[in-house]
Amino acid sequence: MQLVVNIVVLASIYALIACGYVLIYRVSRVLNLAHGELMMLGAYGLFATASLFAGYPLAAIVAAALLALAVGGVVYWTLMHRMMGEAVLAAVLATIALGILLRGAMVLVWGAQERHPLQVLGVANASFAIGDARISSVGLTLVAATTAVYVGLYAFLRYTVWGVRMRAAGQNPLLAAQRGIRLHATYALAWGLATFTGGLAGMLIASESALDQTMVVIGLKAFPAALVGGLDSLAGALVGALIVAAAEVLLIHYVDPLLADVAPFLMLLAMLMLRPWGLFGTREQLDRV
Amino acid sequence: MPHASGYFRTGYERDLALLDTRTQKVALTVFASALLAFPWVGAPFLLDLANQVLLASIGAVALMLLTGYAGQVSLGHAGLLAAGAFTAGILFKEFGAPFWITLPAAALVGAAIGVVFGLPSLRLRGLYLAVSTLALHFIVIYAGSEYETRRGFSTGVVIQPPGLSTGFGDWVLSGARSWYFVLLAFATMTLLFSLNLLRSNTGRAWRAIQGREAAAEAMGVNVSAYKVLAFVISSTMTAVAGCLFAYYRGFVSAEAFSLFLTIQYVAMVIIGGLGSLLGAVLGAVFVTLFPYAIEWLMTVVPTPADWSNSLFALNYAAFGLVMVLFLVFEPKGLVGIWQRIRNYFLLWPFKQKPLSGPR
Repeated sequence: MQLVVNIVVLASIYALIACGYVLIYRVSRVLNLAHGELMMLGAYGLFATASLFAGYPLAAIVAAALLALAVGGVVYWTLMHRMMGEAVLAAVLATIALGILLRGAMVLVWGAQERHPLQVLGVANASFAIGDARISSVGLTLVAATTAVYVGLYAFLRYTVWGVRMRAAGQNPLLAAQRGIRLHATYALAWGLATFTGGLAGMLIASESALDQTMVVIGLKAFPAALVGGLDSLAGALVGALIVAAAEVLLIHYVDPLLADVAPFLMLLAMLMLRPWGLFGTREQLDRV
Repeated sequence: MPHASGYFRTGYERDLALLDTRTQKVALTVFASALLAFPWVGAPFLLDLANQVLLASIGAVALMLLTGYAGQVSLGHAGLLAAGAFTAGILFKEFGAPFWITLPAAALVGAAIGVVFGLPSLRLRGLYLAVSTLALHFIVIYAGSEYETRRGFSTGVVIQPPGLSTGFGDWVLSGARSWYFVLLAFATMTLLFSLNLLRSNTGRAWRAIQGREAAAEAMGVNVSAYKVLAFVISSTMTAVAGCLFAYYRGFVSAEAFSLFLTIQYVAMVIIGGLGSLLGAVLGAVFVTLFPYAIEWLMTVVPTPADWSNSLFALNYAAFGLVMVLFLVFEPKGLVGIWQRIRNYFLLWPFKQKPLSGPR
């Protein structure tokens, strides 16, 4: 039972992070390898707003989430905007460079020691019992947040004007532009949403354990989840996260704890060999990259 | 590209020559003698820097063959270096093997891993290929750290410097000066080998594949064979560099081969300029010396006091910034800058107008 709870919590972490990869890839065909760092920046954002709005945890969380949304837009307009139309590799390398830049800058600003935003907010992380298993309140929030984000994203992409524009830009940028869709604004919104969800994941992970450099690794480990499900499918990311999380938790429990950092990548390789476009991805996109 | 205006190749023999003009020959001789004289002039610290640059340039040239010429993206370069280093370390620790066994063994392991790295390239392209090499990097590092923990070398494997015991007495390779010459020899060999390889069938096939796979196939290039060959050659060279790195440091540890090392090598290729061996070497020089330049700048330019405690963070930030700037403003890299400067003086008093107008 505890294993199932662990899998569900880990899966919702991965799913929440993975939808950032999927959003950006689906809309602009760019793989954002700085996602882990942007996630960490979101967590540090919460840490910063927590001391600013001391005593009002809700205000701090909302401010941090809005900050994360803005950061994504800024990243697009200052950097990725210039990489559009270049080779895909150049854009990916730009995100890698951005990641290193952010990682260094964050240590320079906030230092390398562990931080605990939850203590600053003054909220305790109580744990509940479900049957004979235990789950922390942050873990519960994580599952709820992931569900909310996925339902929200589904509704957004399905029913709103901006969501339809986003799907159009992802399907065929040229035709979308000819129909009067502002590609740059759409891409910027995708980046904003991706850093928003990533930042949310970062904040929750930082509240669950602690805020330090290892968060980047978690961000990178969520990428296989996105790819296993299919890089351009949100439903796929959910399924992929579940598969990768299950594989990781079971391998740690039954085989070797050292495997924790490799398990997602083993899954990734297996998937790339069998079905490179993922479980739910579209096949023809492979020739486009 | 000729280094002076004009075309000098009037016969088959001239076409095979690496150098065209007397000026080039003189310049190369001067440069080579400067390189050979350097160990007697430079301070020990500078000598260590030069050794690091030479080591890096072997790996950078290897990656340039793969990415800059064959057009195959690899994010697993640190994994390959680690494979070479761990082959040397494990063979030395377990069997006490001398360097003339470990070095070829590292090359063999490199070739084998090259096949494994290369196989996904038959099915995957671009982004997906990069991701699969990234996954392989994590697996190689995992295997290395697993060996360390299982055998109880949790801090790393110590390797003794390579040596030969001949009838005339024992000879051990140690000291920065002797290492300098060994590494210089290896780097020169790598460079000459790559230079000639690129002028041969193989190099042309790789460039055809980089240009467009379907067209290369139509011209009769065996695309899958040449792709795997590119991975094999590149990773063999990288593994040899990793083995040399292990002996030079006298120490192998999985922590030394982080993802950041891969990014550094990719940065060498990008900052140097894709599709140029000179670019690989320039990039190796730039990236290797970069942290030392930052450290030096810290002593000159006044900075906040707590920055000196987190020098690595400053390095990361500055390195990322430089990489971004190169990607955005100078995608052709250092070679692009060098070519512009050279063309300016070559054509003076005229100016070269780029074919496409200003964007």
